[in-house]
Amino acid sequence: MNSPVVPPPTGDASGRRVIDHVNASLKRRHAAERRFRALGMAAVTLGLLFVAVLFIDIVAKGYTAFEQTYIQLPIAFDAEVIDPDGSRNAETLADADYMALIDNALMAEFPEVTERSDQFALSAIVSVGAPYQLQRMVLADPGLIGKTESVWLLADDLVDMFAKGRVDRRLPEDHRQLDDRTLGWLDALAAKGQLEKRFNTGFFTNGDSREPELAGIAGALAGSFYTLVLTLVFSFPIGVGAALYLQEFAPKNRWTDLIEVNINNLAAVPSIVFGLLGLAVFIGVFGVPRSTPLIGALVMTLMTLPTIIIASRAALTSVPPSIREAALGVGASPLQAQFHHVLPLAMPGMLTGAILGMARALGETAPLLMIGMIAFIVDVPHGFTDPSTVLPVQIYLWADSPERAFVERTSAAIMVLLAFLMLMNLTAVLLRRRFERRW
Amino acid sequence: MSSWLPLLALLGVLALAYQLGQKRAVAAVGGPTCINNLHSLPGYYGLYTALWAGIPAILILALWSGFQDHLVVSLVKAELPASLTEGLSEGRLGLLVNDVKNLATGNIVSTDPSPEIQAAAAHYLQLRRIAGFALWGLVFALAGGGLALALKRIGPQLRARNGVEGTLMVVLIVFSSMAILTTLGIVLSVLFESLRFFQQVPWTEFFFGTEWSPQTAMRADQVGSTGAFGAVPLFAGTMLISLIAMLVAVPIGLMSAIYLSEYAPRTLRAWAKPMLEILAGIPTVVYGFFAALTVAPAIRGWGEALGLTVASESALAAGLVMGIMIIPFVSSLSDDVINAVPQAMRDGSYALGATQSETVRRVILPAALPGIVGGVLLAVSRAIGETMIVVMAAGMSARLTANPLDAVTTVTVQIVTLLTGDQEFDSPKTLAAFALGLTLFAVTLVLNVIALQIVRKYREQYE
Repeated sequence: MNSPVVPPPTGDASGRRVIDHVNASLKRRHAAERRFRALGMAAVTLGLLFVAVLFIDIVAKGYTAFEQTYIQLPIAFDAEVIDPDGSRNAETLADADYMALIDNALMAEFPEVTERSDQFALSAIVSVGAPYQLQRMVLADPGLIGKTESVWLLADDLVDMFAKGRVDRRLPEDHRQLDDRTLGWLDALAAKGQLEKRFNTGFFTNGDSREPELAGIAGALAGSFYTLVLTLVFSFPIGVGAALYLQEFAPKNRWTDLIEVNINNLAAVPSIVFGLLGLAVFIGVFGVPRSTPLIGALVMTLMTLPTIIIASRAALTSVPPSIREAALGVGASPLQAQFHHVLPLAMPGMLTGAILGMARALGETAPLLMIGMIAFIVDVPHGFTDPSTVLPVQIYLWADSPERAFVERTSAAIMVLLAFLMLMNLTAVLLRRRFERRW
Repeated sequence: MSSWLPLLALLGVLALAYQLGQKRAVAAVGGPTCINNLHSLPGYYGLYTALWAGIPAILILALWSGFQDHLVVSLVKAELPASLTEGLSEGRLGLLVNDVKNLATGNIVSTDPSPEIQAAAAHYLQLRRIAGFALWGLVFALAGGGLALALKRIGPQLRARNGVEGTLMVVLIVFSSMAILTTLGIVLSVLFESLRFFQQVPWTEFFFGTEWSPQTAMRADQVGSTGAFGAVPLFAGTMLISLIAMLVAVPIGLMSAIYLSEYAPRTLRAWAKPMLEILAGIPTVVYGFFAALTVAPAIRGWGEALGLTVASESALAAGLVMGIMIIPFVSSLSDDVINAVPQAMRDGSYALGATQSETVRRVILPAALPGIVGGVLLAVSRAIGETMIVVMAAGMSARLTANPLDAVTTVTVQIVTLLTGDQEFDSPKTLAAFALGLTLFAVTLVLNVIALQIVRKYREQYE
């Protein structure tokens, strides 16, 4: 700031004028100004850097999980192995030793492997899920028996890691999970084009599994879906009703003051405390089955209610009083005025609040750990009372697993979760833009 | 699935009630041309009938489903032969009942079921079937009775709208009391279990003891599982991690709020603010993953390069990431209060020749200080209650240390560890989690109340 010309000063005891003091300090003050501004800039940059690092880290860890390695082998569907009696009944076909077929194919592929321990190592390059793949093929088409087909089999997770370049060959052999002989076989397969990465549909259609290559998020997604639907069904009417009463009808007294303070405080209570409530009251007293979307939704409802109530009240305040007065003026009862005129106008704002509340519920993990939603569940749930888990809890469970291949799957699951959250937030923003009215 | 069908049927009855009520009201005044003689619009008579049919039935349904299991279980328990139940503790009995239930629902049972258990399971199933029939019989009888009663009362003079609206009002009041009920539920459930805990472990040991090892001995001769419930290491660990988080979040959050509201050009503000707020929308489990798999190994690597010993689950990693999570919280609250400072104060400061940073530091910050303190307190309460980051990135070992490179554990971590996995409802180990929960709830509540009070006071000051 360049100070304008100061009127001729009179000078102080030492003969220096005020303007001299000011001018002498200006350099220092402007330097301080620049430092302060740089500090602020640095803070914003640092904050944005954190956002960038977080996203880049997760995408870099996880993008490979959308592909899965397969190994192509010519499988001889040997009638002797599958169905020695020739009865072709479904039970025999289901119980057959399909791993033997894969072993035979692998031995044929690598005839030089004769040592027993080597043969074990060789058959470990396909997933333990691969025999089921063959089982499904045969059950779907028993005519395959006796023929030889070339089949793309699911590879083991270590092979998958190798194919994605996450196994460092330069490490000494005993520091690697894949030894040199296995690398040799894989190189041979890759050279013949029998090792291929394809889009990982299993990730979106499978339930959880201890084997990384078989694990998918379908179960967790279904669990999250059922939980959110119930949460919305419970919390939206209650939230809107409560907001309507508190904003439009409640008398100003101690009781309503208490409710208001309560709502504000509940919004800031740690989420894990809601888990304790769910455990002690819903499971302990009312006997709601644990690990189900139902109990999850009950806890989530209590958690999201404050958010929805606060948003709904804001939406109600933005509807001008003239609307209510006009309705009352033509003879509507107070409730009719609210339900026929005010609520429809406030609905977009309330829906926005509900979506934001649901987004919070979708990302919430801690209270669900308390009410048993961390069980290891393989089946995809099909209802509100099936045992299930939800996406964030699945992420937590996978993050705890020691297998390296789970790291990329965890990151991929996080990407899916973040995508859903962004979609919901975007919907909320668009809804607000589209319907927001200035009165 | 079996309970969906009667529920649908009940909805059908309600729809029927609506139709009948409406028709009856119109008929009572002699056809659709004369509805002016009715007190309310015909629809209200329909709703009136449906409410009469629905409310008692639904109330009974809700109550019954809440308590049916208790009733059936206690009946089954009473029927169990004395040879099985003799000398069993409450917990053992519970396990036995669980076996019976599992057998009845076709789940896997822990032991081979004895004939007595099988008989009990059959008994349990039978009782449940009877209870189901009785319940739906009662529900439909109530619905039918209510319907008939309402239809009888319908006439031109019946004030149907007032009845319907009165009921609706009661429903709204009940809805708005949910917040109170929730708080009450939290307090009661946590308090009740905590009191049982403090009967077994003296509260002085819990609040002042410095040793925490909640594993109680299963066998008398077991080593190292005496069960010590001194929570001081947990409190210290929680505070250490929260302190690190605040050291990250407050400077960055506050400075970026100042920069964005006082210095940044409009376009930068429009972009940077939402970008920063993305951090607030990311689920905590994602931060936990980031802390455990990226930040903790990185810190360990750097520490070892400098010759320091760093625990693989260091408090620093968890605190740092928690700080990142809280940045948008601090910055948006500070932004609000800074913007609430009247422009006249800035103009006054500029007019005296102060630079912009002097204005911010000497005028705006002191004026906004109460609001900022309130925001920081809210952020602290958030840090204390944060669970997933510490569960995934902080350790389990309860150590009393101020070294941020060591592994510490927190209150929330212990609640989760104590309550996940196998639990007995009576052991001090499980109850300790509720005592920790009570402490957590009380501390965050006090912080929140103070913070909200400060923020509100501050708002009033400039309005």
